[in-house]
Amino acid sequence: MNHVLGLETIRISLGGRLLLAVDARIGPGEVFTVMGPSGAGKSTLLAAIAGFADPAFEITGRVLLDGEDISGLPAEDRHVGLLFQDALLFPHLSIGDNLAFGLSGRRDDRQARIGRALEEIGLAGFTDRDPATLSGGERSRVALMRLLLSEPRAVLLDEPFSKLDAALRQEMRALVFGRLRDAGLPAVLVTHDAADAEAAGGTVLELG
Amino acid sequence: MIRLAPVAAIAALVGPVAFGLAGAALPAFGWLPTLGGDSLSLDPWRDLLGQPGLLRSVLVSFASGLVTTALALAVVFLFLAGAGNSRLYGWIRRAVSPLLSVPHAAAAFGIAYLIAPSGLVARWLSPWATGWERPPDLLIVHDAFGLSMMAGLVVKEIPFLLLMSLAALPQVDPVRRIAVARSLGYRPVVAWFKAVAPSLYPLIRLPVYAVIAFSSSVVDVALILGPTNPPTLAVQIIRWFNDPDLEMRFLASAGAILQLGVTLAAMAVWWLGELIVARLGRFWIARGGRSLADGMLRRAGSALMLLAIGLAALSLLTLALNSVAGLWRFPEALPDGLSFAKWMRAAPTILPVLGETLAIGGLATLVSLVLVAAALENEVRRGRPSGPVAMRILYLPLIVPQIAFLFGVVMAAELAGFRPGFMLVVAGHVVFVLPYVYLSFAEAYRRYDPRWIMLARTLGSGRNGAFWRVRLPMLLAPCLTAAAIGLAVSVGQYLPTQLLGAGRVATVTTEAVSLAAGGSRRLIGVWALVQAVLPVLGFALALGIPRLLFRNRRAMGEVAA
Repeated sequence: MNHVLGLETIRISLGGRLLLAVDARIGPGEVFTVMGPSGAGKSTLLAAIAGFADPAFEITGRVLLDGEDISGLPAEDRHVGLLFQDALLFPHLSIGDNLAFGLSGRRDDRQARIGRALEEIGLAGFTDRDPATLSGGERSRVALMRLLLSEPRAVLLDEPFSKLDAALRQEMRALVFGRLRDAGLPAVLVTHDAADAEAAGGTVLELG
Repeated sequence: MIRLAPVAAIAALVGPVAFGLAGAALPAFGWLPTLGGDSLSLDPWRDLLGQPGLLRSVLVSFASGLVTTALALAVVFLFLAGAGNSRLYGWIRRAVSPLLSVPHAAAAFGIAYLIAPSGLVARWLSPWATGWERPPDLLIVHDAFGLSMMAGLVVKEIPFLLLMSLAALPQVDPVRRIAVARSLGYRPVVAWFKAVAPSLYPLIRLPVYAVIAFSSSVVDVALILGPTNPPTLAVQIIRWFNDPDLEMRFLASAGAILQLGVTLAAMAVWWLGELIVARLGRFWIARGGRSLADGMLRRAGSALMLLAIGLAALSLLTLALNSVAGLWRFPEALPDGLSFAKWMRAAPTILPVLGETLAIGGLATLVSLVLVAAALENEVRRGRPSGPVAMRILYLPLIVPQIAFLFGVVMAAELAGFRPGFMLVVAGHVVFVLPYVYLSFAEAYRRYDPRWIMLARTLGSGRNGAFWRVRLPMLLAPCLTAAAIGLAVSVGQYLPTQLLGAGRVATVTTEAVSLAAGGSRRLIGVWALVQAVLPVLGFALALGIPRLLFRNRRAMGEVAA
């Protein structure tokens, strides 16, 4: 399944001051990187695409997913996935239930799909584990898998590697970008780190 | 639906106060058609002013409001200024919530039995220090100036103001302010008063005014510890209201409006005091003095706080001792033997009352919690936090004296065709439970990381799904704590239960207070202890349930903390 994300003449301003203007077409497996200092509107751009924009910002333009305008849809109907700098595994749910949270589809094969997903990231048998007992790298991998299992059509990455240590960061970059490419998902990456942009290998928009 | 929640919450708080005040004001000027008052007149006021002992009642109520508040606030500020980050500070921090949850009436009974001529203190000092072989003939409890009543109130208001201050302190960043002031040569206590107190006080101003309102108009504590002839104004109003001669309702109504005036006058005097202290304080700060009996103030703060907490703890111990005392001759420090006879005999009476108490508290808490959660959820969804106006509305039922509007509510409800009884009592409790539930839950709600909800939504949950599947389970611990606080507030209510239930709805608090005049000390010990233990059980459940449910979810403890 290949998807295309279009950011059509998006302009974000606050109190009449223009923060950011984007016009981009992000193809399947491509990563569009936005770099810039804090307060430049990077997070607001992600919020606008995902459907959480603060009403204080004036946002014009359209977000197109596979040609369909999703700007007016509620967040849960947009099929846009999010990955944050923290793994944010729900602390009250087991690893399996975290993965099941976004999983759609028939009941009988859910457990099997969760089991397969855990195997793929080297965490076979972790279904009933408490997220708090996992290492940072393991949590990041589960978060990625939870995202993929929810079958998004586009993905937003909010500085997803900034809290990882150097070695783990390399590994996670390779894993995340690889999986997104394999799944044919367009992605928007927000980061401070030029190395992230380089590893992503797509268009880079510098703000500020 | 959820958009209506803030409106419903505001209506639940403002409605009873507004209708209640109107329901007291009209009869105060002679208008109460059901009793034949169909024209406005000043007769009730003439009648009121002619009542013997009125001036004294008014003065004691007025003084109680100011003295209690000033003492409690002074102890809290001295303690905070001097205790810094000592071990005592951490210990008191943990002790303050359970102490706050002890109902006023239970604490008042405990203190009465502690300081009475035949009380624990007199026993422990006799005969070796006092020479008393029998209880001395002294009027300590029920003294004419209301001093023991004020003492009892101070002991209960200190935990309240301390908790409010502790909640507000982080906004003021005291650690760094003190560090800056100390680096400029200020001694710690002076540094606190000059650099922290001026910013802290405005944040706890509403709670301070609530303390003035409460202690100038309290009924249950005044019945247990206060003067009797004449009693405080609030108690006098209740006597008139409960008089079998219904004509006395006009008098009681005028009294209620007078009570409102007395409380407002106490607040006005406090407000003037604020201006003067602010003026003097600015001058004191500008003068730049670096030290002021620092060691002495620090020791005084710790000692006074320990005294207050110690009194509260001892008063509970006294209740427990009394409830199980066998023969207990006067100067003996402890009873000769223990007997559970009173408990056994009281149990059949206590159990149904306990059931009713829990039903009222549970319903009032549930209604409050639903309204509060809906209002907070609405606030978060619309991205608009509630402003200072909302906070003032929240404090409205705590700042207008209960006695001034509650029986107006009864009369308004009767006019509207609602009979006093169980449901009206529940509705009345909501008015007082809701503000505390909100204050307790709002904090956790606002601190909650919004990314959790974003994540849930992008994983396909709707707004409501995200609330039930993610927010509520993760906030279960603070939610249950808010519920425990709500239950504690409900259990402690005397006047709303008494008035809105027309004396026919019995809770452990109304039963205990009704024993105040002439009940056996052992029986009162039993009831008051039940009353004190109930909130503690609520808190134990609030702590225990999340631990049990999430025993294999280590990070849930961190979310809750």
